[in-house]
Amino acid sequence: MHESAFQIFVSVLLANNFVLAMFLGLCPFLGVSGRLDTAFPMGLATTFVIVVASLCAYGLNILLTYFHLEFLRLISYIVIIASAVQLVEMVLKKYSPTLFRALGIYLPLITTNCAVLGVALFQTAREYDFVQSMAFSVGGGAGFTLALVLMAGLRERLQLVDIPDIAQGTALALMLGGILSLAFMGFAGIGGGG
Amino acid sequence: MSQSTPNASARNQTWDEFTEGLWRQNPVFVMMLGMCPTLAVTVSAVNALSMGLATAFVLVCSCALVSLMRKVVPKEVRIATYIVIIATFVTVVDYAIQMVSLALYDALGAFIQLIVVNCIILGRAEAHASKNPPWVASVNALGMGLGFTVGLFALGAVREILGAGSLFGISLFGADFQPWVVMVLPPGGFFVLGSWLLGFAWWEKRKQRLAGLQTPAERG
Repeated sequence: MHESAFQIFVSVLLANNFVLAMFLGLCPFLGVSGRLDTAFPMGLATTFVIVVASLCAYGLNILLTYFHLEFLRLISYIVIIASAVQLVEMVLKKYSPTLFRALGIYLPLITTNCAVLGVALFQTAREYDFVQSMAFSVGGGAGFTLALVLMAGLRERLQLVDIPDIAQGTALALMLGGILSLAFMGFAGIGGGG
Repeated sequence: MSQSTPNASARNQTWDEFTEGLWRQNPVFVMMLGMCPTLAVTVSAVNALSMGLATAFVLVCSCALVSLMRKVVPKEVRIATYIVIIATFVTVVDYAIQMVSLALYDALGAFIQLIVVNCIILGRAEAHASKNPPWVASVNALGMGLGFTVGLFALGAVREILGAGSLFGISLFGADFQPWVVMVLPPGGFFVLGSWLLGFAWWEKRKQRLAGLQTPAERG
């Protein structure tokens, strides 16, 4: 449990990538990865929510442990995440209405993005301290963005290619995801495990 | 949950509600909801089945409760209410699994608690349970839950057979079998689900061709 923050960051960015190795946050990965110019902002928004949620979850966990209310952990985490998403939504609506519309339903759905709750739960289960938690959440968000952008790039290319009817859509996206995931397995061992 | 037993005329409709999730709107293969647990825990048939049943339990309980409370909850706070209801049942399941089998609990890991953010449950609560009486909502939720279980099992079984050469931990091919390890690793999940979808798309296409309907596949 005494990994350095940097180790955690690299490990969760590449070897234990949230999307491709731990299967967290697949819905937006398959849903918003159609175009590059929405994929990147979506990644950033999710990263922001992940970091905020991780920060709050860390403080909350101390409080809950102090009062011996561990069984309320799940409920309170999800409430915190919902509030953080609401915040991002309001900020985006005010400063970038175009982006707000482009992300559409996927923005409120960040609440039900497993990656966000996953970070909060994993950092609790692994008993990370404050610096480790931060490295974990920032790395996780960056990894999510990386996977999303890579996927969007691939799918934009594939729109120009003639593929069989039956393979179009989700099946193709899943195959691509599999190949990407295979490629990311090459990073295994970097960062000393997760 | 039933307040009135369904009479004969309603039986057809009830059956319809039940099979909707089981096949026509299967959460895994048709709606593509709840992908994260689908791909993450299906490394073996046992894991897949127990995850499916846990999700089905949460789904039925939450939908029934949401449906009971549908006239009490104000519209503005409904999502938050649903989430809290779901989180409560997930906490129950979490502690129950921990009590029944610690090995299973370790295998499923954080994904039990992540049932909270499974899109199927919130989606069903919002789209169906909040508009229908408890009996109908529970039946529909049960169908969805079982459909999800079947989908998970289809993935888990294939991955276990190919990746470990066994089913439910029983070796199928003898000692000479060289396991296809990548199937139980993350990429295998993507590949197997992709292949199932390809298979279904091919089947649909074939059915259309046999029916003489030369319409192009509309699902994109």
